[in-house]
Amino acid sequence: MRRTLLGAVGVAAALLAASGAQAQNTIKIGLIMAYSGQFADTAAQIDNGIKLYMKQKGDTVAGKKIEIIRKDTGGPNPDVAKRLAQELVVRDGVDILAGFTLTPEAMAASDISAEAKKFMVIMNAATSIIVTKSDFSARTSVTLPMIGNTAGTWASKNGIKKAYTMVADFGPGHDAERSFQEAFKAGGGEIIGSVRMPVANPDFSAFVQRAKDLNPESIFVFIPGGAQPAALGKAFAERGIDPNKVKIISTGEPVDETALKAMGDIAIGRISAWHYDYALDNKLNKEFVKAFNAEFKRNPDFFSVGGYDGMHLIYEALKKAGGKTDGAALIAASKGMKWDSPRGPMSIDPATRDVVQTVYIRRVQKVGNELQNVVFDKFENVKDPTHGKK
Amino acid sequence: MGPIVGVLFDGFAYGMLLFLLSVGLSVTLGMMNFVNLAHCAFAMLGGYVTVTVMNNLGWPFFAALPMAFLAAAVLSVVLERTLYRRLYRAGELDQVLLTIGLTFISVAVAAYVFGTLQQPIQTPSYLRGSLNVMGVTVGIYRLFLVVMGLAVAILLVMALEYTRFGAQVRASVDNQRMARGLGINVEGIFAITFALGSGLAGLGGALAIEVVGLDPSFAFLFLVYVLIIVSVGGLGSIGGSFVAAVLIGISDVAGKYYVPQLGAFLIYLVMIALLMWRPQGLFGKR
Amino acid sequence: MNTAAAMTPTSYLRSQTRWTPLEIAFWLAAFLPFVLFPTHLSLASQIAITALFALSLDLILGYAGIVSLGHAAFFGLGAYAAGLFSKFVWGEPLTGLLVAAFVAGLVGFATSFIVARFKHLTLIMITLGLGFLIHEIANAAHWLTGGTDGLQGVNIWPIFNYFRFDLYGYTGYSYSLAVLFLFFFLSRRLINSPFGLSLRGIRENSTRMAAIGADSRAHIRKIYTISAAIAGVAGGLLAQTTETVSLGSIDFQRSADVLVMLVLGGAGRLYGGLIGAIIFMVARDQFSGINPQFWYFPMGVLLVAVVMFLPGGILGGLAKLTASFRKKSP
Repeated sequence: MRRTLLGAVGVAAALLAASGAQAQNTIKIGLIMAYSGQFADTAAQIDNGIKLYMKQKGDTVAGKKIEIIRKDTGGPNPDVAKRLAQELVVRDGVDILAGFTLTPEAMAASDISAEAKKFMVIMNAATSIIVTKSDFSARTSVTLPMIGNTAGTWASKNGIKKAYTMVADFGPGHDAERSFQEAFKAGGGEIIGSVRMPVANPDFSAFVQRAKDLNPESIFVFIPGGAQPAALGKAFAERGIDPNKVKIISTGEPVDETALKAMGDIAIGRISAWHYDYALDNKLNKEFVKAFNAEFKRNPDFFSVGGYDGMHLIYEALKKAGGKTDGAALIAASKGMKWDSPRGPMSIDPATRDVVQTVYIRRVQKVGNELQNVVFDKFENVKDPTHGKK
Repeated sequence: MGPIVGVLFDGFAYGMLLFLLSVGLSVTLGMMNFVNLAHCAFAMLGGYVTVTVMNNLGWPFFAALPMAFLAAAVLSVVLERTLYRRLYRAGELDQVLLTIGLTFISVAVAAYVFGTLQQPIQTPSYLRGSLNVMGVTVGIYRLFLVVMGLAVAILLVMALEYTRFGAQVRASVDNQRMARGLGINVEGIFAITFALGSGLAGLGGALAIEVVGLDPSFAFLFLVYVLIIVSVGGLGSIGGSFVAAVLIGISDVAGKYYVPQLGAFLIYLVMIALLMWRPQGLFGKR
Repeated sequence: MNTAAAMTPTSYLRSQTRWTPLEIAFWLAAFLPFVLFPTHLSLASQIAITALFALSLDLILGYAGIVSLGHAAFFGLGAYAAGLFSKFVWGEPLTGLLVAAFVAGLVGFATSFIVARFKHLTLIMITLGLGFLIHEIANAAHWLTGGTDGLQGVNIWPIFNYFRFDLYGYTGYSYSLAVLFLFFFLSRRLINSPFGLSLRGIRENSTRMAAIGADSRAHIRKIYTISAAIAGVAGGLLAQTTETVSLGSIDFQRSADVLVMLVLGGAGRLYGGLIGAIIFMVARDQFSGINPQFWYFPMGVLLVAVVMFLPGGILGGLAKLTASFRKKSP
């Protein structure tokens, strides 16, 4: 009994402290990301996107000042993420939770968002079910089923009859594998084999050889970014799989900027389906890339655009809700919002609160002196295919 | 014959890389029983020195390699003089704490100075691509790794067997007290061996960039593999590290080819089985 | 501490089990967070859980001399067991902890047969290998564990159907603290029993122990099983108080972190794990709050400083300092 009384006093005190802060015309945003550890670069790029947006649009919205508090989870640690979300809400009095490099972080924070009714923006985590865990969350990144599904549809409609799939053996990899295989088969294609590779795998030659043994017409690949894409590309070359003869289709990470630099000419001919590349040819993107380079001396990537668009969503929702910061007002303002982003036109689906965007089909070609992903086809208004099915 | 040969060769080459990264730790651990978990931080340093020297100063690859070796060796001497030698008599746990602390610091410094991005380098064009040898496609860089690994192994074994210094090292590993009693300057020997071992780690780190990439998490990522090789091979044994590295490299690759579902498990199963069969390592003492 | 006057083993043990004023002060201070830091209770709860985990490691490392680099396997097994139990059977927390302890203890018992046969580096590497194997199994069984996305559907009922796990963490911290104290109390009794003494004998000289008729291997298996069960309880606590379970609770990072915490605090002193957990986690929280990207740096400096100035961990170093202090004063 005493504990509950003490608890009630504590709650009142905390709420008083929190609401005191709010009354001061500041809007606090709590960023929860894996700033240290293996995923540090991802977090850094998302953060860069956020910083650039705030630099360009200022830090005042609807008459109130925006304050950012950054917290590190250190990696896929949902217990830490949950505690940080709790502390951000209870101790720091944040109005909005955002960031989320990885799925476990987003899932855990969703519980806090739902309980405390705080608006939450997922700027990176890519597993479909995340947005279903809290009615106040919206996503501005991408989901793997969106991409895998598009890749499978494109492949089956473009004369490819058989495919072999190679994915990393974890959640996003399974999502990509399943969505590609379903869409490919639905379009009349045949999956001749598949393999799942351990996540922290430095050496791909065994897996590539297995693929080669089956003499595939095409190979679908998904592995996360970092050191692996280059290693995989080199393994393809060493085992004699030529992207110009065998269609190697992947998501964006296996052919990202770093991977292309490290692979060199052996990457020419690689096909990929993805929602963003720094080489995208539209006016907004060209300005975005220029400003990003001026500020951070490197090119933006899809992580950065996730952060950039996430901030855009927050700013526009705040404007539309007239500066109100409660979760219900902000999520209502977000539903159905459409805008032009450096990645092309995008919107937030009012029914699922998930991102809707264009998925581009690209091929690696030499442009001038550099290797780039050059767009040659696209699918517009792509939604995540798994919502509403499960 | 067939495709498996190419895959096995890749495993062998990967094993050579692991050998280069591990041999230094095996000798120092066997000799002075000093648990240096910062060993892979030296490897990471070698990698970053190579990147800096090649990308910022424009040096060629083969000029960068000795720099990687030297930088790691020099840093190891500095650390040995200032911090490590105070803990020779201390317990293993204190040594673990110190070296893990140093690794933490190195990771933060690397992230701060170089950022968290992957660091690519342009290896010379004659090292890229692949050759066709008797119907098997072999990557040229991997061939290069095999040559380097064998060369280092042979050099080390020859130095150990045929030089005076090598004899002193062997004596110090076998029986420290006796060696001291014979007038051998064990501390000095150890300092030189430690520098050599760390230098080799630096070289290994430089060579690894092309195959496994480089970012600040390298220092922790490879520590586990290095520890596996050192324990399976036996402390203080160059031959042991060589055989263990080859064994681990090949079984890892063969496992992934024949039974990919077992992919990540195999390396640990192999290690546990080998250690249960020969607890002191394949070529270890006692 | 005691003079060289003849002391029977029982009276020695009895003198060790008396609670010193410092200990009483420590446990009273554990209630401070409720009053002084009411918004930090979820951190306090996670510190208490980690302290319990470190305590379990101390039992095998500090007292039996088994250095384990894979102890998170038991922590994670307990976490998944508790989580799955609440998902598929029922969400009552106390029975969940029992299940966690049982599952972890069972696996600990099975692996103890291997562990008891080896020493030194071989033993360290075997625990490392076992830890990785169990981690891979958890990852591979993603249809059960949720893999990298984490376990979903964990649903914990209020304790005694009354104390709900609230947003501010009051119930969480009270629960974790109570469980920590319970197992601390039990461990303390265990260490200060004849069994505990024989463990210390094994740590010092296992050959001699065999010579005087103590069955080292059986003792080691016993303490390893107990330690695994307690680690499982800690894992179960984490699963229940956060309603999340992920591979982060079973990975190498967690094993390495708890080892560092224990050594930091000072192994073999029962409180070392607790102190180490408190200092490490508070330091990490503070450092990462100041700079989320580069907090490894001040953390590393802290570790190096402790080793150089306080050998034997914080408690070990303090003990040496107070001993030399006592020698100096007349």
